[in-house]
Amino acid sequence: MNIHEYQAKGILRRFGVPVPDGHVCYNGASAREWAKRLSDGPWVVKAQIHAGGRGKGGGVKLARTPDEVRLIARDMLGMTLRTHQTGPEGKLVTRVLVENGCNIARELYVSLLVDRTTSRVTVMASTEGGMDIEEVAASTPEKIFKEPVDHLVGLTQFQCRKLAFSLGLEGKLVGKAVKAFEALYTTFLSCDCSLLEINPLVVTAEGELLALDAKFGFDDNAVFRHHKIADLRDYDEEDPNEIEASQHDLSYISLTGNIGCLVNGAGLAMATMDIIKYYGGDPANFLDVGGGATIERVTEAFKIILSDQNVQGILVNIFGGIMKCDVIATGVIEAARQVSLKVPLVVRLEGTNVEQGKRLLAESGLDIVAADGMADAAQKIVQAVAAAGEGRA
Amino acid sequence: MSILVNKNTRVITQGITGSTGLFHAQGAREYGTQMVGGVTPGKGGTSIDGFPVFNTVGDAVAATGATASVIYVPPPFAADSIMEAVEAGIELVCCITEGIPVLDMVKVKQYMQGKRTRLIGPNCPGIITPGQCKIGIMPGYIHKAGKVGVVSRSGTLTYEAVWQLTGIGLGQSTCVGIGGDPVNGTSHLDCLRMFEEDPDTEAVIMIGEIGGNAEEEAARFVKEHMKKPVAAYIAGRTAPPGKRMGHAGAIVSGGKGTAAEKVAVLEECGISVAASPAEMAQALMKVYRP
Repeated sequence: MNIHEYQAKGILRRFGVPVPDGHVCYNGASAREWAKRLSDGPWVVKAQIHAGGRGKGGGVKLARTPDEVRLIARDMLGMTLRTHQTGPEGKLVTRVLVENGCNIARELYVSLLVDRTTSRVTVMASTEGGMDIEEVAASTPEKIFKEPVDHLVGLTQFQCRKLAFSLGLEGKLVGKAVKAFEALYTTFLSCDCSLLEINPLVVTAEGELLALDAKFGFDDNAVFRHHKIADLRDYDEEDPNEIEASQHDLSYISLTGNIGCLVNGAGLAMATMDIIKYYGGDPANFLDVGGGATIERVTEAFKIILSDQNVQGILVNIFGGIMKCDVIATGVIEAARQVSLKVPLVVRLEGTNVEQGKRLLAESGLDIVAADGMADAAQKIVQAVAAAGEGRA
Repeated sequence: MSILVNKNTRVITQGITGSTGLFHAQGAREYGTQMVGGVTPGKGGTSIDGFPVFNTVGDAVAATGATASVIYVPPPFAADSIMEAVEAGIELVCCITEGIPVLDMVKVKQYMQGKRTRLIGPNCPGIITPGQCKIGIMPGYIHKAGKVGVVSRSGTLTYEAVWQLTGIGLGQSTCVGIGGDPVNGTSHLDCLRMFEEDPDTEAVIMIGEIGGNAEEEAARFVKEHMKKPVAAYIAGRTAPPGKRMGHAGAIVSGGKGTAAEKVAVLEECGISVAASPAEMAQALMKVYRP
C-alpha cells in the first residue's frame, strides 16, 4: 500500500521528524489562501500522485506570490501527469501540496528498510541526496552508509552519530540528525513500514534539517493493526480490478497481455505466466486464488479476469493439494455458465481428486479444452488465442 | 535417510483445535507421521480426535517427548507461537501460517539467535520425507521415497517439481518448503548444505523466485562446496518491476532480484536451470545419472 506525500509528511510530523510546513489543497483558491497562511513565500506546489519523477513531468513548481500559487495549482489540478513511473497513460492530479520553500544548502539521502540478507531493520544514508539511490549504489557504493539495527535494543545514539559524521555533518547539525534518525526509526516501527525513504533530506542555509520528500511502503501483512493508515489508501490510484480482487481475498495483478490466468499458489501463478510467454503468448494477469478457494471465489476470479477487455482466452492451472480438483472444476463450470464465457478456456488439473474433476469438466457440455501438464496447457491456450485472433481478422 | 525429519520425528500441532490445524494433523497422522498431540492455550487437559491437548508447548514436550512442532496459529499470534516453541527447546519448528508481519519475524529471528531450534517458514507448505514423515499441507500421495532433495520458496511449484520427478520414477529424499516471506527461518543455502551432507541425497532441485538474493547466495555455495548435481527453476521471468507477486518477498525492486539476473548467476555456478516450469525434472536429468 502507498500513500501520498502530504500524508507521509503528516505522519512524519507527528513522530517529530522535521518537515516543511504545508497543506493539501483541492482547488486554486484554497491553494492561494493556504499559501498566505503558511508564510510570506516562496512556496512550492507539488502534484500528489503515487509515482516518482514528478519534477521532470511538471508536477513540482516554485511560486513567488499567492496568486502564482493559485495559477499553478489551478493548472496542475486536473492535468494528467506522466513520469517514468506512471507509464504512458499517466495519472490524473486531483490534489496538490502547497508548502513553504526553503534555501537548500545540501541534499542528503536516508532510508529505512528490512534487509532480507541480515533479517534486520537497516538505516541507509548517503551524501548523494536527490539522486536515484540505485544509481548511487551502482556507481559510487562508497557514498552509501548502512547501520543494521539490533531489534531487541533499537537504533542506538552512537549509530545515529556515526551516520551523521559519515554524511559530513558538523556542529549542531549532528544532534539534529541524531534526533531525526531516531524519530524516523520510531516511525518505521510504529507504522510497520516495509520502506521509509527520505530523498532528499536537506540541510538549509539556516542550518536546519528538513525532510523534503517522503516515501512510505507499508507491510500489507500488518495493516490489520493500523486502521488509521489503512484509511489513507487512495483507491483512485489503484487498478479497479486489483481493488475488486483484494476484496475477495484474491491476489491479482493486471498485466498487458491477452491470456487470463487462474492459478492456485503464488509461485505456480508466476510460473504459469512464464510458461505462457515461453510458448509465445502474453499473460493478461497474475491471479492466485489461494489454497482455500470456494466456488464463489473462483467465480469472482473469472469475472475479474473477463472484465479486462484485452483477455482473449483463459488458462486455469491448478495443482490441488488441499484444494480438491472436483471443487475447482465445479467452480469453473459454474463461473463459465454465469459469465456466459465466449473466449477459449483451457483447464489443467492435477492433484487431489483429479479424476472426478476431469470427469465433471468433460460432462459439463461446456467448450472446455482439457490439458495434461503445464506445457500442454500453455501451448493449447496460446494456439487457441492465436486461432481466435485469425478468425476475427 | 533424509534431512531434518524422519520416521522417529515426534510432532505436535500448535493451534490444533482450529479447523485447519486439526485437518492437517489428521492428514499427517494418516500419512504415518508420529503426531503426538497439540497445543491450544486454555484447552489443556482435553483431547481432540485422539490428540491430547496442552496449554503450553512446554507441557506438550514434557508429556509427549515431541521433537518438532507445526504452527497453524493465525498471523497476529504466530510469531509468539514460534518463540514459545523455541523456548521449549523444540528442535524443528515448521510455521505454515501466511501473513505474519515482517517486523514480527525480525524479532523472532533475533530471539532465535544462539538457540538450538531450526525454523522452517513461515508462509510455507511444510516439509516431507516421503514414506516417513509429513509435516504440513502438501498432498502426500504425489511423493515417492528416493534420492532427490527438493527445496522451494513456493508450495504448489514444489508439488509440480515433485510430480515431475515421481512421473519419471525418481523419488525424493526430503522436500522442504522454505516459504515466500522476505524474513524466514531456513534459507535455500541452509537446505543445500544439509542435502550435501545427507548420504542418501544424490541430487537436488532448487526452486526460487524473483526478489532478494537468496538464490544467488545458494548458487555460490553450489559452485564452491557441492559435489552433488543441482537443477533449478526461477519463477517470475515475466513479472513487472515494483509489483508484489503474491508472496511478500516476490518483488523486483530497484532493478534488483530479477529472474534474468538470478538465472545468469545460477548457470555461471554450474546449476542446470530449467527454461520452463514444465522442465524441472528434465533439467535435473541433464546433470544427474540415477
